[in-house]
Amino acid sequence: MATAKDGKGGNRPPLELHVPEPHYRPGDAVDFSHLSIPEPGAQPRPDEACDAKETHHLCDDLIRVLGDDDQAHGPWNPRLSPDTLRTMLREMALVRAFDMRMYRAQRQGKTSFYMKCTGEEATSVCATHALAADDMIFPSYRQQGCLIARGYELEEMINQIYSNKGDKLKGRQLPIMYCSKRLNFFTISGNLATQLPQATGFAMASASKGDSRIAATWVGEGSTAEGDFHSAMTFATVYNAPVIFNVINNQWAISSFSGFAGGERATFAARAVGYGIAGLRVDGNDALAVYAAERWAADRARSNGGPTLIEHFTYRAEGHSTSDDPTAYRSADEQDEWPLGDPVNRLKKHLIALGEWDEDRQAEQDAELDAMVKTAQKNAEKNGILGHGLHHPFHTMFEDVYEELPWNLKEQAEQAIRERAIKWPEGRPKS
Amino acid sequence: MSTETLSAEAPATDETGEARHMNMIEAINSALDVMLTRDSDVTLLGEDIGYFGGVFRCTAGLQEKHGKTRVFDTPISECGIIGVAVGMGAYGLRPVPEIQFADYIYPGLDQLISEAARLRYRSAAEFIAPMTVRSPFGGGIFGGQTHSQSPESIFTHVCGLKTVIPATPYDAKGLLISCIEDNDPVIFFEPKRIYNGPFDGYYDRPAKNWKGREDAQVPDGYYKIPLGKARTVTEGDAMTILAYGTMVHVAESVCREKGVAAEILDLRTLVPLDIEAIEASVKRTGRCLIVHEATRTSGFGAELSALVTERCFYHLEAPVERVTGFDTPYPHSLEWAYFPGPVRIGEAIDKILSE
Ligand SMILES: Cc1ncc(C[n+]2csc(CCOP(=O)(O)OP(=O)(O)O)c2C)c(N)n1
Repeated sequence: MATAKDGKGGNRPPLELHVPEPHYRPGDAVDFSHLSIPEPGAQPRPDEACDAKETHHLCDDLIRVLGDDDQAHGPWNPRLSPDTLRTMLREMALVRAFDMRMYRAQRQGKTSFYMKCTGEEATSVCATHALAADDMIFPSYRQQGCLIARGYELEEMINQIYSNKGDKLKGRQLPIMYCSKRLNFFTISGNLATQLPQATGFAMASASKGDSRIAATWVGEGSTAEGDFHSAMTFATVYNAPVIFNVINNQWAISSFSGFAGGERATFAARAVGYGIAGLRVDGNDALAVYAAERWAADRARSNGGPTLIEHFTYRAEGHSTSDDPTAYRSADEQDEWPLGDPVNRLKKHLIALGEWDEDRQAEQDAELDAMVKTAQKNAEKNGILGHGLHHPFHTMFEDVYEELPWNLKEQAEQAIRERAIKWPEGRPKS
Repeated sequence: MSTETLSAEAPATDETGEARHMNMIEAINSALDVMLTRDSDVTLLGEDIGYFGGVFRCTAGLQEKHGKTRVFDTPISECGIIGVAVGMGAYGLRPVPEIQFADYIYPGLDQLISEAARLRYRSAAEFIAPMTVRSPFGGGIFGGQTHSQSPESIFTHVCGLKTVIPATPYDAKGLLISCIEDNDPVIFFEPKRIYNGPFDGYYDRPAKNWKGREDAQVPDGYYKIPLGKARTVTEGDAMTILAYGTMVHVAESVCREKGVAAEILDLRTLVPLDIEAIEASVKRTGRCLIVHEATRTSGFGAELSALVTERCFYHLEAPVERVTGFDTPYPHSLEWAYFPGPVRIGEAIDKILSE
């Protein structure tokens, strides 16, 4: 048995292992007053061309624009037109309507898996609006908002979720692992954080070719523990790569709170300090602040100012995925007590305060968006739902492993088709 | 599981305790609990394994019972998890890291292959890595390509590592205890498709649970199943079938349905391999089928086929056959076309018998 050396190490004090513990567990009353939430508008906005160091005090601050008075405040106000604000509101609401329906579709057995991004809509939708359409997005799995903001057809998304014969990815990927080269949206991996060095590499390539495109990537705060995160940061700073790292700090990584990624000691934005790159920390539930921070980083990268790490401080309002039950590990009160509110509601109230929107229009729009999702769902269901026969033909399973089909895959493809004939001599029964 | 084999392998002692029904998750949990209780150096770490008890619940209740410094959550870093387990082993602990899915073990490979597996050799045994890396593996749950893989042959190819794969709750517990007590690094792959019940290969039939099965009668206490000893699942003369994990059950049900009296060997540990049992069986039956879910090319079946051919060539009455997954990533919608199910196994059995 391993024991402390020399009994207890002479007169040296015994060491203790620290294991982080979240503030609240199921049943606990929640009080977020320990979080320091600064006044909107109070954060200075350095020039995009500044030395990275000038951003570093912002890594311990929180960039906020929208106040409790529903007005926009301070130097980070991006001064967007009401039309742009309404578009962002609409797309965030669409993401939410889409999430609700797809979650239900999974519960109804139409597919195997789904993941919502409830409460985090601004971090993808509004950030995407701050990028150029040809900037390359390297997403994680909770960035359906990026695709929706780039106008991806809902029916295509649902075909993918159902893995049906209309699925552009040929039913190969787990639901929500989208890909759209046309929309400059990289293929999503199930393996966490792999997209970060890839985004850096894309940005390096763009720079080496004298192109004007930048790369933006997203990752959960939990996944910043992976080595890939640190490799990406090192390469980005070494080559001053035109890349934006969006760390979505939604407080939870499945059942593990942000303390298990180092969040007890420093903010996630503060990692920029050690790497010598620009860092911003932003209220992720504030659509205007998210837009402004992303725009700042995009303008900086585009003018050869190099990489920026942005921590979006937000809250995962629902379970990790359809396979998760968050009531088993966190207090149900957290969401209600979350001090930064709901991103959709806050932008809506801002537009109303500007006299550019009202509750009736919001209700009308919600109904319209839900009907839109429902129609897309109906159309997608004509292509089949998971496990009901309407999938891509068997031989497609063997394609794209390599550019060309090698002999072993040719033989295996024949075998798969033969097996099907043995199993269903009269063709697959209709279900 | 008959009581004869139980007593043959692990003489029941007072420690073994009463047997009761457990599914594979409960059996694994029980093994971890027994070892945490017996040995204060045993330490569990992994993503979501602490308070929550693991995404498959294998560590449920263990943090509460044994404390936060012995059963704890980790950062999402497989390289870190395995790397710190090497360091804990260097101190003298017996770490049991969990990798949430086998598909996510790859970031930890340098620490496993270059470090854990080589520590004993390069330090002339001054340092060892007595860790057991537990991880659910295999498909059949519509998990898509990153929740379905069977990467065992990556590890069997690495000298210095042991690779263990149980097929029943009883074996899962006894093997896991042996792994934890083993002084070398062990990969313990848990076939997630059979966590809750054996699988006959027919995804379109109602799922079975472990209830009522002898091999799900698991003693409450301490017992071991030695590494390197295969289990004879069914006896027979028609052919030898070598399988492990989920595929043991699929092969068994195919033989039953076809009325083929095969001798099915559940290998249980791939490294160390029970070469004696394999040789004796194949020499007797003269025919050999190898079944695994992993991709075919350079799969463990290739090693088994080579060994059988080298050692039993003059006893063989038919070429050795392999039934495997296809050489593609695990597809989501076509999961059951990929899976080496009853039709693929049945065809291979017919082919071997026709020689
Ligand atoms: C390499 C790797 N390890 C583990 C997992 C399993 N896993 C999937 S999501 C997840 C939690 C990620 O949390 P976070 O990065 O905070 O993102 P969030 O889900 O909160 O958006 C884990 C551990 C994985 N997909 N890949």
